Amino acid sequence: MLIFQCPYCGIDADETELSPGGEAHLKRFGPGASDEDFESYLFMRENPKGVHFERWRHSNGCGKWFHAARCTMTLEVFGTYSAQTFEPPQEIKDKISQKRPGWSWRNFS
Amino acid sequence: MFDASTTYVSLEQDTSLGMITLRADLASDKLKKAINEIGLGDLPAQRQIVSSSELSLGWMSPDELMLFCASQNVADIVQTIADHLAGEHSLVVDVSDARAHFVLKGAHIREVIAKLAPVDLDPTQFDVGELRRTRFGQIAAAFWFSDQTTAHIICFRSVAAYMHEQLIRAAASGSEMGIWSEA
Amino acid sequence: MSTRLSSGGLYIDRSARKSFTFNGKRFEGYEGDTLASALLANDQMLMGRSFKYHRPRGVVASGAEEPNALFNMGRGRHFEPNQRATTTELFEGLEVASQNHWPSLEFDVGAINTKLSRFLPAGFYYKMFIHPRPLWKHVYEPFIRKSAGLGKAPSEKDASTYEHFYAFYDLVIVGGGIAGLAAAKTAAQTGQRILLIEQSAQWGGRALIDGGEVAGQPVDNFVEETLTFLKSKSNVTLRTRAMAAGVYDHGYLLAYERVSDHLPEAKGPRHRLWRIRTKKIIAGTGAIERPLPFAQNDVPGVVLASAARDYLAGYGVSIGDRTVIVTNNDDAYLTAIAVKNAGLDVVAVLDSRANGAGDLGQKVRDMGIRVEQGKGIAMVKGSKRVTGVSICSQAGEGAVLEGLDCDCVAMSGGWSPVVHLWSHCGGKLIWDDRQQHFKPDVNNYPKDASGNPLVWVIGAANGVMTASGCVVDGERCLEGASDAGTAAQPETHEESGVNPIEAVWMMPQGAGYALRSKAWLDFQNDVKVSDVQLAAQEGFHSVEHTKRYTTLGMATDQGKLSNINGLATLAGALNLPIPQVGTTTFRPPYTPISMGSIAGLARNEAFQPIRQTPMHQWHEDQDAYMEPVGQWRRPYCYPRGSETHAQAVEREINQTRNSLGLLDASTLGKLLVKGPDAAKFLDMLYTNMMSSLKVGKCRYGLMCSENGFLMDDGVVARLDEETFLCHTTSGGADHIHAHMEEWLQTEWWDWKVYVANLTEHYAQVAVVGPNARKTLEKLGGIDVSKESLGFMEWSEGKLGGFDARAFRISFSGELSYEIAVPANQGLAFWNTLLEAGEEFGVMPYGTEALHVMRAEKGFIMIGDETDGTVIPQDLGLNWAISKKKSDYLGKRAQEREHMVDTERWQLVGLETMDGSVLPDGAYAVEAGTNANGQRNTQGRVTSTYYSPTLSKGIAMGLVKHGPERMGDVIEFPKVDGAIVKAKIVDPVFYDKEGVKQNV
Repeated sequence: MLIFQCPYCGIDADETELSPGGEAHLKRFGPGASDEDFESYLFMRENPKGVHFERWRHSNGCGKWFHAARCTMTLEVFGTYSAQTFEPPQEIKDKISQKRPGWSWRNFS
Repeated sequence: MFDASTTYVSLEQDTSLGMITLRADLASDKLKKAINEIGLGDLPAQRQIVSSSELSLGWMSPDELMLFCASQNVADIVQTIADHLAGEHSLVVDVSDARAHFVLKGAHIREVIAKLAPVDLDPTQFDVGELRRTRFGQIAAAFWFSDQTTAHIICFRSVAAYMHEQLIRAAASGSEMGIWSEA
Repeated sequence: MSTRLSSGGLYIDRSARKSFTFNGKRFEGYEGDTLASALLANDQMLMGRSFKYHRPRGVVASGAEEPNALFNMGRGRHFEPNQRATTTELFEGLEVASQNHWPSLEFDVGAINTKLSRFLPAGFYYKMFIHPRPLWKHVYEPFIRKSAGLGKAPSEKDASTYEHFYAFYDLVIVGGGIAGLAAAKTAAQTGQRILLIEQSAQWGGRALIDGGEVAGQPVDNFVEETLTFLKSKSNVTLRTRAMAAGVYDHGYLLAYERVSDHLPEAKGPRHRLWRIRTKKIIAGTGAIERPLPFAQNDVPGVVLASAARDYLAGYGVSIGDRTVIVTNNDDAYLTAIAVKNAGLDVVAVLDSRANGAGDLGQKVRDMGIRVEQGKGIAMVKGSKRVTGVSICSQAGEGAVLEGLDCDCVAMSGGWSPVVHLWSHCGGKLIWDDRQQHFKPDVNNYPKDASGNPLVWVIGAANGVMTASGCVVDGERCLEGASDAGTAAQPETHEESGVNPIEAVWMMPQGAGYALRSKAWLDFQNDVKVSDVQLAAQEGFHSVEHTKRYTTLGMATDQGKLSNINGLATLAGALNLPIPQVGTTTFRPPYTPISMGSIAGLARNEAFQPIRQTPMHQWHEDQDAYMEPVGQWRRPYCYPRGSETHAQAVEREINQTRNSLGLLDASTLGKLLVKGPDAAKFLDMLYTNMMSSLKVGKCRYGLMCSENGFLMDDGVVARLDEETFLCHTTSGGADHIHAHMEEWLQTEWWDWKVYVANLTEHYAQVAVVGPNARKTLEKLGGIDVSKESLGFMEWSEGKLGGFDARAFRISFSGELSYEIAVPANQGLAFWNTLLEAGEEFGVMPYGTEALHVMRAEKGFIMIGDETDGTVIPQDLGLNWAISKKKSDYLGKRAQEREHMVDTERWQLVGLETMDGSVLPDGAYAVEAGTNANGQRNTQGRVTSTYYSPTLSKGIAMGLVKHGPERMGDVIEFPKVDGAIVKAKIVDPVFYDKEGVKQNV
């Protein structure tokens, strides 16, 4: 039973107010994309033991989607941030580096 | 065994509340003017609800407000705001009939709500002036206090019967807890 | 015999008598008694029968750990099985019955199992019932079902009520013993919001039983003063009868409050489940005494040494007149002193340790009590109650040295900290060799959302085994619970005058099979030392495997008494150190909680949200037969008189096709999409081109997921240049609204589009049939003529005085209008239509008529023709897929190899050769079999109905190469093996040219 702070309304939202939305920072591939790119976009997901980036929606709340960085092992939350971004804010990456030195996730580290 | 006559807070379903959904850039000057025009001052800050004697305006999300007014004034207010926002990306729409409005009154409104919503109702954490969107049992809802003994709850109209059923259970006489007031 | 003494009893009020019945027999007890103490006060030592061997059992403990004294309680709508006597507070009129015996508690036929125990060893069920296979279904399973379970299942609906409570604290302290009280006192001064809960009805815990001094004052004074202080603090909430059931991630704590179990006449909930979010948890949950494994240690009258003291001091009840105490540690000597001081006889203290006890040993001897060192019990005598013990040397094999008469044996195998709350969410344990128990490893703590310690443990639960030590440990709780989590292990330096505990996992040490097979580890599930040893011998080396093979610790008490003895026995059998064997996983709840408390208020009318349209009550009043559509309830049909549902559906269809029908279509999703980029956005969402739709017009559209599969459909109306109203399926409004928001917020966040869900703001009525126009014209207002409101157009204005928007769309193939009015006016509008349509014989029709009429027209239904694997191209909907658009959601997916495969099954109509109705979901077979030997298939039925319009069965289905095989006959086997032959036809069965809807 997780708690995430919704970056839009500021609520420390109980998991029962939220809906999970899978992995964050996927890049969409549409018509014209290669089979490999499209397959990767649609089906290939990270399944790390440790640092992970996810999408959540404050569905029983302000209705906004946001991103969360957390540890899948300890469920420690490093931070939540806007969904309108292509990569995690530096501040969150710094915080992860401090707690999990040497981490990496897809192209981020 | 449950009915509204045996509750330890009073419960009423009110049908006279007009509601208007307003989606726009909340920093827009035109929006501020429109809101002033209908008789309100500053826009509500994050999670706040501001009120005049006739209107309340609640913050729903970073690009959404909900205006509460008498239902007979809805059409005029929608028109006034829409006129002010002409030329600016916005959505102003009457949603009065989409939602049910419940009013709880009594000394124990905080604990009754805390039986249904995963929200910290402690006065240091939630008080008059805040509008909270959350869930009540299995449905989405929002609530605010107009004073220390009056709570307003809104939910979609199709689930009003369910909301009523769970409120009268949560407030059933004999289930007082006395957490924020003597039971 | 067990009896009530003339004095004593901290918890009871001798002026308040309470009568209750046990197996129909009337007994009396006092207010403050537990059911266990009240039964013992009445010399009712035999309380139940064990699960497997049906052995006579009495109470062994005095608290939540009790494995034996479980009862069927109450009757009728207040009946509940497996209620623990030791934690059930006595009240006037309490009715209990013992469990798991036939015909009676005193004489139980099932006790024959104990004679067969040699043949019922560990894993018996696995070994016995696996062969021969056919016997399982007809012999073994019925037998096991009959004998399974201790208590009876309730036969009536529970009359009690339950509720939840969401609570938020900075700190929750679990356990109202002296450690918890000391912790609360310290923490209260910080101003934090604190909850202190205690599972029993009393504050103070076991320290009150043993007395003594803490913090420079008598224990009872300390408890009273601390409570007075805490009650004066507004930041502290105190709750008794509240058990911390489980600790979960991010500070989620479930507490189970038994609000009125002891007040059965009280109004209000019976139990309340507190769903707590807290920043920190301090667990002062105490410790549980362990039994000693010696032969016949399960005979009624053998109790924990601490329980004997609890009954004496707490309730003024003695278990027996002549007590033998058997121990491996100093603590049990307190029982000898207490029993002697109560004026009862202590026959002997048998101490397994050669050097015996420290100061307490001398004190006991000074009281004239016989103490035997290096001795133990070879065997307890008696069956339904203890009659004596035979003494042996602990170091030997059980040769009897002497027999002693007694009627009570008080045993102590040492104390195990209650570490459950520490362990639930990941806290690790370490083995304390000096004290012979597992305790929290402070370096491996359960973590909160920031990675800091979530739970901290104090007092006996932390391995601190003295009262004064517990208070000190409680007082320094904040240190331990600090964010740093760097506090040292509690100080457990050796106390002077106390001799250390000795590990005793079998008494005597060299006991042979005869004794080991009578030495119980798990009393409730009848697991003995010999069973665990057998499991080890058979290769079950993991403690988790041994647990499941032997059922050790799997009963309702979850091994509170048995786990440590069991895993130590396993360690011994494997010749491994105990920490290497480890413990089984501690899982919530700590003790069982009621099913009702989990459901809370969600019962009966509040069980789940049922969505109702503005006309819902009208439908109910007509006795419509309702069906679930998502969370909505919609009328399936409106039977009249003695009509069957099929007859009603047929009547509704005929009336609608011939004259006029009304459908409550309010459940259709209505999403307002507005903005300069709205058209561009809808072009991405729908497979069709929506940007080319003219203001005033409607267009049917399809929505696919990125995976290409069809997810929703509906009519889109363009309200103005930048505003669209998108209709979705009845079940789809919320989902599609969320889908739109997802793309707008997470992919195209620079597009200027706002969406509002107006579904419930409108009531919508489909006015359908050849007389639809005439009916609306009678109302007056919006011009609904063919010229002004053509097919697939919309118009708005007043209609019969109502604010209305009229859509000229048809899902039935008839002349049809869907009219939306504000929901508050929905019922009035519906009634107005009924009145206006009266001259045309108007009838409401339900969802089944809707389905049949759309199938007659060959219209697809999301969820029938689609199942999450179907693309629009499979359904002959290429006309609704724009070829001009460079992109839409699902387009790339639909270009994949498998999606353009011509072997994909395609939509066709199906007509049975005999006019019968095809079974829904039936598969069409073709020649040959697949790799699994199953018959090959070439299609399946997606919708199938009896068509009153055509007077025969019609169906739609997906068939391989279907559209190219018109006229082919294919075969559908039914469940009973019979074959139905059906011809492949065009899916449009009715009015192929669309003349009727376009008049």
